[in-house]
Amino acid sequence: MGRLFAVEIVYRGIFQKNLAKNISRAIVLAAHHEGKPGISFGRYGDSPERNGIPAKSFAIVATDDVTLEEGMAKYEPKEVDITIVVDDTLCKGVESWAWYGLQPINRLTKPGGTLIVTSHEKPETLISMAHRKETPYQLAIVKGSPSFSGLWVYKDDHTDVRILGTMAKVLPELFSLASVQQVIREEWNDELKATSAGRAYERVTTVTVQPTQGNPEKPFEFQMPKWTEMREGIAIPGIPKGHQMKDPNTGTTGGYQPERNPTFKKFTTRTMRPVVNFDTCIKCTLCWLQCPDSCFDVTPEGLYDANMEACCGCGVCEAVCPVSNCVTMVNETQFTGNDSQWKAWREDKEGYQGWLKEKIANRPERSHGFRFRGQYEEQVPDMLKIAREG
Amino acid sequence: MTEALAPPPQTQPAAEKQPTTDKTSLITGSEAIAVACKLADVDVITAYPIRPYDTVMQYVAKLVSNGELDCEYIVAESEHSQFEIVKHASAVGARVFCGSSGVGWMYAFEALTVTPALRIPMVAMVGNRALDDPGAFGVEHNDALAVRDLGWQLVWVDNAQEALDTALIAYRVAEDRRIFLPCAISCDGAFLTHSQALVKVPSQEKVKAFLPRYDRGDLLLHPDNPITVAPQANEDWLMEIRRQTAAAMERSPTVIREAYADFERIFGRSYGNPFFEEYQTDDADVVLIGMGTLSTPVKVAIRQMRQEGKKVGFVRMRWFRPFAAEELAATLGRFKAVGVIDRDFSLGAPYASGVLATEVRAALYPAPKRPPILGFICGLGGREVTVPDVRKMTESVFQAAEGKTQAGTKWIGLRE
Repeated sequence: MGRLFAVEIVYRGIFQKNLAKNISRAIVLAAHHEGKPGISFGRYGDSPERNGIPAKSFAIVATDDVTLEEGMAKYEPKEVDITIVVDDTLCKGVESWAWYGLQPINRLTKPGGTLIVTSHEKPETLISMAHRKETPYQLAIVKGSPSFSGLWVYKDDHTDVRILGTMAKVLPELFSLASVQQVIREEWNDELKATSAGRAYERVTTVTVQPTQGNPEKPFEFQMPKWTEMREGIAIPGIPKGHQMKDPNTGTTGGYQPERNPTFKKFTTRTMRPVVNFDTCIKCTLCWLQCPDSCFDVTPEGLYDANMEACCGCGVCEAVCPVSNCVTMVNETQFTGNDSQWKAWREDKEGYQGWLKEKIANRPERSHGFRFRGQYEEQVPDMLKIAREG
Repeated sequence: MTEALAPPPQTQPAAEKQPTTDKTSLITGSEAIAVACKLADVDVITAYPIRPYDTVMQYVAKLVSNGELDCEYIVAESEHSQFEIVKHASAVGARVFCGSSGVGWMYAFEALTVTPALRIPMVAMVGNRALDDPGAFGVEHNDALAVRDLGWQLVWVDNAQEALDTALIAYRVAEDRRIFLPCAISCDGAFLTHSQALVKVPSQEKVKAFLPRYDRGDLLLHPDNPITVAPQANEDWLMEIRRQTAAAMERSPTVIREAYADFERIFGRSYGNPFFEEYQTDDADVVLIGMGTLSTPVKVAIRQMRQEGKKVGFVRMRWFRPFAAEELAATLGRFKAVGVIDRDFSLGAPYASGVLATEVRAALYPAPKRPPILGFICGLGGREVTVPDVRKMTESVFQAAEGKTQAGTKWIGLRE
């Protein structure tokens, strides 16, 4: 039996579908250059046409055809040599349209395998975002903004080739830099991209993540019922009615908090979250009305608190808010946990204002969502600069 | 408002009442089914015209306009909508009726496929019709048979009385909480849908005693029972859903037997074995087997041949789904050879058989006694199945019984 290699690419629906596919294809082609057969596929049960929904592509490569068949016999690999994460906010774990419960980002990564993440963040930040793993693994960061484009447009910011170059370094048995550069020339006919891959190869450093490091929380799980336990007729119980909210200071009750699906929480779709300045809110209701996920809880005093178990981070609340400094979208890497902002504000208004200011000040560059005109034109040269100069 | 919205409590079938007088009406098979809808007090009926099913909708319209039937009668813009409407109406607790023919039934296919898994006890009439090789509207069974794998209960009838009675039985079986699967009653176009016969129409009291009200229980879409019906089901759910539907179909034979026994008790009319009728099989050497109105020429031919000393019998299949495989295998094992008459085709099927022949052969495979099986394709597109046709088929079956090799499938009544 020869050696089997598996690589997963965890990406965000629509924005990164083509990116994931390009990386996955190039992995197989580069390995094929060295005589290794392979296959590339997207996880069929995913819904990669939905904004931001975590999804996966896989590349399976082997040293020979018989070994490859061993890998193909199971649809989805149970473990992978490399987990590629093309958006750093995915490090918090993923719950796709088709999975139930929260999967740690490193769940499939083999002991000693590598997590390659596109990010501007430091290793410590990403390590604390990911769930703890029983065995050590490597973390490699490809420096840059997560590459977000669309279903029909492709932002050619070299993320694809920089990841491929990084792979040649961390797993040289899979393919060499020369092979991957050859494939880049054949597939993209772009010498600059081949150079980018080489630069990534030279610059990559990895850190070892120990079992003591990372988010100690147990990810929420969901037990699938047996056929005799399911209600017949494809009927599922409705979500119960909501209830009033309770003010943590006064104990006053009022407002309305809807009940939400306990088994599908949606929040791993989020790459940025709204932070709300409750002191400037004019209670106009627009965020609450427009939110496509009904994520706003109505507080006893009639304010609107974005519930972080339900928010998908689309940014429509920020876009419709008529107050200039009330709702601000901030990158998800800046947060741990999903606690209520309104409760924090009620408990310590001054402290909350300080927190708010710090979050907004450190707001990273917006990569997607409700974007402003000319955003691509501003971002692409920056990415190219990083590619050229590092 | 809450009270008005609350589902009324379930009423048990009324205690056995003595039959009151039946009325005799001269009606077609289609009209008999429309009368059954009236007796069953159906709540929602949808229609879209296609021959021969349209004879039902015309008669329902007449009953409604005469004030004899109080129901929502909706003429949809297509068969697809027709079946979607009743599917949803049934989910909110309405007793429903629907139907179509030939390619109309096929046009509704998307709705037909999901109806069993949603456990909708829809009763439908299929006025069997050819699949529209330009405009053909004569009988063929392929339309109804197209849903044979999907969880639809399928029954064939051969006269107007049986059409009426079976429609009442179909509601009783489909709406049984153990089942909750749709049921299609197949009526041969022209021979049954367009011929009037004298039919005993039972009294409303008897029907009330036989047919409890439709109670959807915990599957009722209602503000007091908040559920979501038919959410997205992917690979993590579908096998379990299919298994549930399969379990309901597995329970169906028991419920069918109970319904026929109750029918006999209340209406005083017996159908014997619900699944298939045997005609002059007691001492038969060979039998023919088929479905629908071809039973008439077959029976007449058998009487002729019996006078000539040929011991031939007939088995008429009523229920095709569920298929009474073990019972049928035990019955057919008594004979020296079996001829299966298919008023359908299944091109490319094993041994070029029709659908029924393939199923009969499959039913017999595990049986200890397996007589030779001959297949006949006959009466397609509404062509008459004649007495000489039947005699010709029987001749072949006798030859097979004598061990003379026969071709797997013969086309009968074909110009050649």
